[in-house]
Amino acid sequence: MAPAKKRNVSSAKTTEQSVKTAKIDLNTKVESILESRKNANDVFDILEILQSAKEKDVVNAVNACSKLFCTLLEKKELFLGKLPGEEEALSGGYSAEEKYRMFMRHRYNSCVEMLLEHLSHELHGVKESALCCLMKFAAGEGQHPLEDLDWSEHYSFPRELIQAVVKRLLSKTTDNSLMISRFQEFLEMEDVRYYVMSSIRENVGKVMDKNKGALDPIYQNNVFTLMSNISVPSQESELTNFMVKQEAKHDDWKVAKLNEHKRVFERMWLGFLKYKLPSNMYKKILVILHDCILPHMSKPTLMIDFLTAAYEVGGAISLLALNGLFVLIHQHNLDYPDFYKKLYNLLEPSVFHVKYRARFFHLANLFLSSSHLPVYLVAAFAKRLARLALTAPPTALVIVLPFIYNLIRRHPSCRVLIHKPSTEDEPLEDPYLMDEEDPAKCRALESSLWEIKTLQKHYHPDVAKAAMSINTPLSEKEDDISEVLEITTYELMERDLKQSQTKSVPLEFETATQLLKGGANVLGQHFCLD
Amino acid sequence: MGKAPKKRSMADKVRKTKTSTEIKNNPFEVKINRKKFDILGRKSKHDVGLPGVSRSKAINKRKETLLKEYKQKNKSSKFIDRRFGEYDTKMAPEDKILKRFAMERQRNHDKKDVYNLNEEEELTHYGQSLAEMEKFNDLVNSDDESEEKGLLSAELTASHFGGGGLLRKKSLGEQQEGEGSHRAKSRQELIEELIQKSKLEKRERQVQKEEAQELTEKLDQEWKSIQALMVKKTPKGERVEEEKPKLEQYDMMVRELGFEMKAQPSEKLKTPEELAREEREKLQKLEADRLRRMMGDEVGESSQSQIHMSADDLNDGFILDTDDKKTLSYQDGKWNIGEESEEDKGEDEEEGQSGEEEESEAEEEDEDGDEEEEEEEEEEQEGSSEEEDGHSDLESEQESEDEEEKQDEKASAKPSLSKEEIKAQQEAAKAELPYTFTAPENYSDLKDLLHGHTPDNQRLIVARTQKSNHASLAVGNKLKLQKLFVFLLEYIGELATRSPPELTTIDKLIPELYTLCQMFPEAACKAMQSILGDAGHSMEEVLEVKGHVAFPALDMLIYLKVTALLFPTSDFRHPVTTPALLYISQALTKCPVRSLQDLTSGLALCCLAVEYVSFSKRFLPELINFLAGTLHLAVQDKTALGYTVVLPFRPSGKCSDLLVLSDSESCQSWSKKSLPLSATQRLELKNELGRDHHRLMCLSTCLDLVKRCCLLYKDLTSFACIFQPIRSLLSKHLSAQTLPELLQELHSEILETISSAPVTHSRLVLERKKPIPLKLLTPKIVEVLDYGKKRGSTREEREKERLQHKYKKEFKGALREIRKDTRFLAREKLNEVMNRDSERKRKVRELFGSLATQEGEWKALKRRKRK
Repeated sequence: MAPAKKRNVSSAKTTEQSVKTAKIDLNTKVESILESRKNANDVFDILEILQSAKEKDVVNAVNACSKLFCTLLEKKELFLGKLPGEEEALSGGYSAEEKYRMFMRHRYNSCVEMLLEHLSHELHGVKESALCCLMKFAAGEGQHPLEDLDWSEHYSFPRELIQAVVKRLLSKTTDNSLMISRFQEFLEMEDVRYYVMSSIRENVGKVMDKNKGALDPIYQNNVFTLMSNISVPSQESELTNFMVKQEAKHDDWKVAKLNEHKRVFERMWLGFLKYKLPSNMYKKILVILHDCILPHMSKPTLMIDFLTAAYEVGGAISLLALNGLFVLIHQHNLDYPDFYKKLYNLLEPSVFHVKYRARFFHLANLFLSSSHLPVYLVAAFAKRLARLALTAPPTALVIVLPFIYNLIRRHPSCRVLIHKPSTEDEPLEDPYLMDEEDPAKCRALESSLWEIKTLQKHYHPDVAKAAMSINTPLSEKEDDISEVLEITTYELMERDLKQSQTKSVPLEFETATQLLKGGANVLGQHFCLD
Repeated sequence: MGKAPKKRSMADKVRKTKTSTEIKNNPFEVKINRKKFDILGRKSKHDVGLPGVSRSKAINKRKETLLKEYKQKNKSSKFIDRRFGEYDTKMAPEDKILKRFAMERQRNHDKKDVYNLNEEEELTHYGQSLAEMEKFNDLVNSDDESEEKGLLSAELTASHFGGGGLLRKKSLGEQQEGEGSHRAKSRQELIEELIQKSKLEKRERQVQKEEAQELTEKLDQEWKSIQALMVKKTPKGERVEEEKPKLEQYDMMVRELGFEMKAQPSEKLKTPEELAREEREKLQKLEADRLRRMMGDEVGESSQSQIHMSADDLNDGFILDTDDKKTLSYQDGKWNIGEESEEDKGEDEEEGQSGEEEESEAEEEDEDGDEEEEEEEEEEQEGSSEEEDGHSDLESEQESEDEEEKQDEKASAKPSLSKEEIKAQQEAAKAELPYTFTAPENYSDLKDLLHGHTPDNQRLIVARTQKSNHASLAVGNKLKLQKLFVFLLEYIGELATRSPPELTTIDKLIPELYTLCQMFPEAACKAMQSILGDAGHSMEEVLEVKGHVAFPALDMLIYLKVTALLFPTSDFRHPVTTPALLYISQALTKCPVRSLQDLTSGLALCCLAVEYVSFSKRFLPELINFLAGTLHLAVQDKTALGYTVVLPFRPSGKCSDLLVLSDSESCQSWSKKSLPLSATQRLELKNELGRDHHRLMCLSTCLDLVKRCCLLYKDLTSFACIFQPIRSLLSKHLSAQTLPELLQELHSEILETISSAPVTHSRLVLERKKPIPLKLLTPKIVEVLDYGKKRGSTREEREKERLQHKYKKEFKGALREIRKDTRFLAREKLNEVMNRDSERKRKVRELFGSLATQEGEWKALKRRKRK
């Protein structure tokens, strides 16, 4: 170990040294430029290194650039106002001082160009340092605007720069999620966030219009990642963290108003959602919709169209749209016709198998907790759930059975489903119509929950026990299903595995002689050893 | 007060002197204590009292104690009893007597007698020597018994009834005594002599009597011989003569029996019918147990009866494995991997033979499953071939490790001497596998142990390891064997993951696993649980990350199957099989079917699932879903479905046509055979025809499973609903025409079963509850069982109360006694005074009398003089 380590150290040292020398080189150059204007041409060297292939060199160059131009910005040694062309600047009648500034301004512009190019570099390190550098420039520009601030309604903020950065971030070709998560730290700042939001909206509108609304998964994914990282503070007093301090007229500044933030946020999302989305994107949006988007919108009701459209889609998307709809119905007085009918039709065998099972049952429990629902509806739900339970895995059954019991408890007139003594005790066929879409016409009330009777023979003891409880009158207290909503198969397994064994383990008494023998010999009949 | 212990002995003495019946029968002595209440179940001791008796007892007692003390009062001289232990109250009277006797003996012991070892004491009865008494046997003569009569005492009784030894010795001692003692004759000796003399006389008289009897008998016989001449019948004489030798025989027998060990009573040998019946009863009981567990009732203490026990089982956990009959005599030697070439040779030869044996055993095993019959077989085989006989001997001795080496020598020597050369050679060839194996400490040990052996040999090795490390042989063996089970499981898993999987080896190892499992259920359960738990956990993790998982590998399938073999699958809740079923269901719902290989795995899992629920007929929704999905894969036209497919299957997609035949012609060339289990891991199908055949195979398996499920779930109330998708699939989408004949049959059978099931059910009604009884207004009666006892206090309080009560009682008693004592003393004093007074009066009167007579005489003399 020891010698290897030594070697490592030594090699590391040499590279370090080389890097150091390069750094020193760059640093001396930067300092010489800053020292006297004679050395201004060294800028070209730095910019050259900026374009080199080596990651370390580029990163060093980026750092040097940021140092150089930030100082220049601070010193106000960059040309202000509308910049004439390079040739013009040389030929035009400007003073030497102005010429220098123009020259530097041109170099600055080209440096920014290069950095923006680097934002789509393949190496993450380069991208990151470029991004940081650009944001430093943005901060610097904000403090020391490059434009003339003559007119009053304009507040100094480097909008162009931010727009350019956002445009690069929302790449159409590469997945920029890592960069975006790095970018998140800048989004903490209120003004940056505000302008980023408005630039996103512009960018999305532009790009999607160009695409004529066609799907562009990578681009949309980038947009979504960036947008989902944006969260608006809940109170205006929290708006304190600004990148650019506006000394004057602060109170009128839009950025300092929460409502403006919300409005921009809302427009950004609506602008994004009005285009067609890939289905997995749809799901992702719906998953975060109710707690990341709706609360931050100034008028959440604007989402109604999107949500109803999603609810109509069917399947998992509808399930997810339920949550947003619930928020709207619950908090914003949305009146949704045939909501329960649609909910009823959402009940498909797949409900028990999808990932969002817990969320769905949580919401369904909420929707059906109203005591003002008609009996036929509750009975229809109970019967349909029971029917579907015949295809459900045990983890779902652990939820569904108490769910059905809770329905019956809340609506005692549904008790006929499990208890219907009749004088003429003749057996009858199940009158329930599974294919009927209207819960009012499915004749669930005339039926009985024979399915639960069937589930009493279920292989899992917990399920079978739960199903047994329809034999006796249900207890008054509702079962709490929130505990079992997230249960996994492994947790169910653990119940048996972790059980402390006080009793001895029963063993098979039929002597095992061969691998495939035993049981009903089913395996042996269809499979052989080799 | 201080004489409490003495009192009792006194009282006893007093009581003994009286004849109690006399007193009790005397109505004037008896005082009846009137009882106020008659209490059932209470025995009263004091309903009848004898006041006179008790008073006299008390008085007597006082006279002997108090009075004596009183009389000794103020007296300095004392009469002291110096007998040993006279005043020692702690000594039992018997001890006292013994001690005194011993001391007396010691005192009498002279120096002379120090070396007299043979000196024996004479035992007496009523002053007569027992030895003497024996010699003078009273004769109880009857006419029937003849001259042997005389023998029927000393020697005869001694030999017959075992009383001889002592007596004989005594008589010897007596003689010696007679010789040895020639001292001056004391009075006792004189008396003894006298007694002896009288005895001698008695004896002489007896001898005379005997002689007279003999003579009379002789006379009788002579008369009988004459009588025989007169009458042609000798009724008694012959019989008497015959009796003599018979008696001798009898004596011999008696003696023999006396020395013989007593035979232990053994159980009656059972007839085959009885055995069969017992076995059947046992099985029935086990079956009943299984049913009860299936219903989910709580298991009582009968759980240990689960373990199968043969009638001859000693209940020591040892299980005789008869399959080892073919165990061969191998030289004792260390296991060397370097010697493999030799071993291989041996194994090759062995394989041939063991194969044959395997066959014969396999036939036998088909018929039976229980050990008992196997044991019978063993016996049969022992009878048939001596060679094997020798081995079974060895086998039984194998248990003790100490004898191991000796046996090995025997084993190698014996057959070569006694058997033909071929067999001897075979033996020698086989003489490579050692008899004992040390239990593997870790998994790699086991692997090394089993490496490079044929499946049969591997099994043999495991069996021997198990036997030579049997739990009853050493302390740590139990742990070792438990470990062995864990390693074996691991080994099986590894065998299954090899490519190609070595399933035959696994197959061979199954009985060993089963035996070990029966020995250590807890350890086996834990090992299996950890495997299942790990598998379930890893599946859950992958699911969380990816959302789907690959089908479990072959080792997991094997583990699941082994679980079903070792543990009952029908239990309502079982620590191993319930998680195993959950695992199967999880796999069936979460593993997407992407290839024919996946489908084969899935179908194998389905088979396992059916096996798991085949006995208990429990409902497994995932199984039906998977089978319906599999059938869906075979549907050609996937538009307009009349049913829904559940995950992991999708209504349409790239893998939803897996079972659609590429060429309908391939139906003709297809024939049903078993799928290899290895197809779940690697499926190599060269051409389309092979693929089609595999598809048909899968389809036939699937249809067969559907049929089984139909039969299993026929009684469920929602049968029609459960099978509705399959029904519409089979009837509308998967037409029978395109299938081979075999499948067409299955197809129609399934549809028939489904349609024949009842669709009507009676309505659900809650179970009737017991009516709640009305409130009763009669007072609640609390039974008090211990009257007079204070309840509700702590133990200490009760104890204290008890002691206080006792103290009070004692105190009162003592007061009473003291009062009585003083009264007695006062009375005695008074008596004394009265006696003294009366004496004085008497004396005074006497004096007066004498004076009066003197005076009278004097006066008379005077009068006379006067006259």
